[in-house]
Amino acid sequence: MLAYIIRRIAFGAFVLVGTSLITFCIAFVIPADPAVAVAGAKADPRTLAAIHHELGLDQPLYIQYARYADRALHGDLGRSYIRRENVTSVILSRFPATAILALSALALSLLLGIPMGMLAAAWRGRAPDHLLLVVSLALVSTPVFWLGTILLIVGGLYLRWFPLGGFSGPSSLVLPTITLALGSAGYYSRILHTSLAAAMDQDYVRTARGKGLSTSAAMRRHALANAMLPLVTIAGLDLGGLLSGVVLTETVFNWPGIGRLAFEAIFNLDIPLIMGTVLFSAALVVAGNLAADLLLAWLDPRIRLGRET
Amino acid sequence: METAGALMVLSLAMVALFAPELAPHDPVRAVAATFGDPGAPSRAFPLGTDQLGRDVLSRIIYGARISLTVGVAAMAVTMTIGVTIGLAAGFFGGAVDSILMRFTDVMLTLPALLLAMAFVAVLQPGLWSILIVIGLVSWTQIARVVRAEALSLTQRDFVVAARALGAPPARLIARHVMPNAMPLIVVMAVLGTSGTLLLDAGLSFLGLGVPPPTPSWGRMIEEATTYFRTAPWLAIYPGLAIFYAVLGFNLLGYGFIRRRGHSADFQ
Repeated sequence: MLAYIIRRIAFGAFVLVGTSLITFCIAFVIPADPAVAVAGAKADPRTLAAIHHELGLDQPLYIQYARYADRALHGDLGRSYIRRENVTSVILSRFPATAILALSALALSLLLGIPMGMLAAAWRGRAPDHLLLVVSLALVSTPVFWLGTILLIVGGLYLRWFPLGGFSGPSSLVLPTITLALGSAGYYSRILHTSLAAAMDQDYVRTARGKGLSTSAAMRRHALANAMLPLVTIAGLDLGGLLSGVVLTETVFNWPGIGRLAFEAIFNLDIPLIMGTVLFSAALVVAGNLAADLLLAWLDPRIRLGRET
Repeated sequence: METAGALMVLSLAMVALFAPELAPHDPVRAVAATFGDPGAPSRAFPLGTDQLGRDVLSRIIYGARISLTVGVAAMAVTMTIGVTIGLAAGFFGGAVDSILMRFTDVMLTLPALLLAMAFVAVLQPGLWSILIVIGLVSWTQIARVVRAEALSLTQRDFVVAARALGAPPARLIARHVMPNAMPLIVVMAVLGTSGTLLLDAGLSFLGLGVPPPTPSWGRMIEEATTYFRTAPWLAIYPGLAIFYAVLGFNLLGYGFIRRRGHSADFQ
């Protein structure tokens, strides 16, 4: 078990290093001169050169990367050009809003998706299965920003049950959560359905049913636990993705989260902030992956012992 | 189910192809005197007019052209990159596989939409940049699936036999592995198109899609948000169009899967 954990962590670290390299390269391709951002467009060349030297931008690339990585490891992601604040503190101040949204959305999508998947698998091949398949495909095909806008119009404008965007308390959380959760629910229900169907075909389930166990009991006590495993992996990956900020939903609902922050950073060509948010997102995805892997290893002894699944 | 999907996709292609004949008005020029105030649906303008006096129906019809072009072309880019990497990793195995898969894992970790936004900001919004950008961020899933398939195919008897007969790798891939992976690749292409369509719509919504005045469904929704109090229909119809297109490809793809009985590898 310990070996497995260490391997997964090492892998995560490796991925993070690769990510930081790519992020760093992106920053250099973006056509914005930091010195101009600091000193203004009309500064004379000597001022620009001085700022270049001060920011260390005249050093060779690998040295710049090494310094960046070193600072990043100490939690310093630089200073934003536009906001004149520490990148790390800006990101951390916007993170709670995204975290709340992400966790609620994940919970709701699992709450909706798992029963849908179970129902579809229980009535496999018959009408409810087909209906649920179409429903989940419809959910997955809906553009998130459109769904959000429609919900905003209906819920905030016509019914007036919910505020028109912004993060102002529990009622403002409802619409964005539903928007985010519906698509994922459709996706999860498909995954669960397929793995449940496969699990129900296994010999041990047939034996149980041959011994008189009802379909639903067989599903609940035997098949479900095994079918949940792929779902755990995917949900873990998704959590990382959700936490890194769902730009579209946050834009529609004016949610003060990281996704929106990243979008503003890109629009303003605020390079340190862009790099910071991308790196932060990647770190969250890696963490989510790791959490899913560990959960999986805990649930499934075969994984931690390195045997065939 | 795939028939329904096929019909939807076909109808979309028809609309895109015959846009000039189908659209009642010019999508780019103002045809109604409603500048500044979107007009409600009426006999002359079945879906209303937008804030610049342009007919919404015509814009949606012409928007089909852009969406379909971007969706299919971006998918082609995605497939090229993904299939190449997947085949190489699955066929050659060993070190090649490890390196390619590590690289894929790193790309998977980077948030796709953020990357796409960053790339577009660098390359300036335009048809080509959108295609390349969407292709660059979407290939990882295809690569994984194709790699798994290539891995299993490479170990099958007919490939082993051909290799024993002295066939060079290029011939093995072209004549034996790839043709057998084609059904999978086709399905992934169809499902992939639904993904690229959504990604393109999202980028357009954020203002990074094909630049105006070319009608783009995502951008139409974004423009509509300013008027959602007075003219909610502006946001509804383009979204329905996107939904229709994406659903069509999804139904088609999943219909194939159900028909052929493939397992859950396509997540």
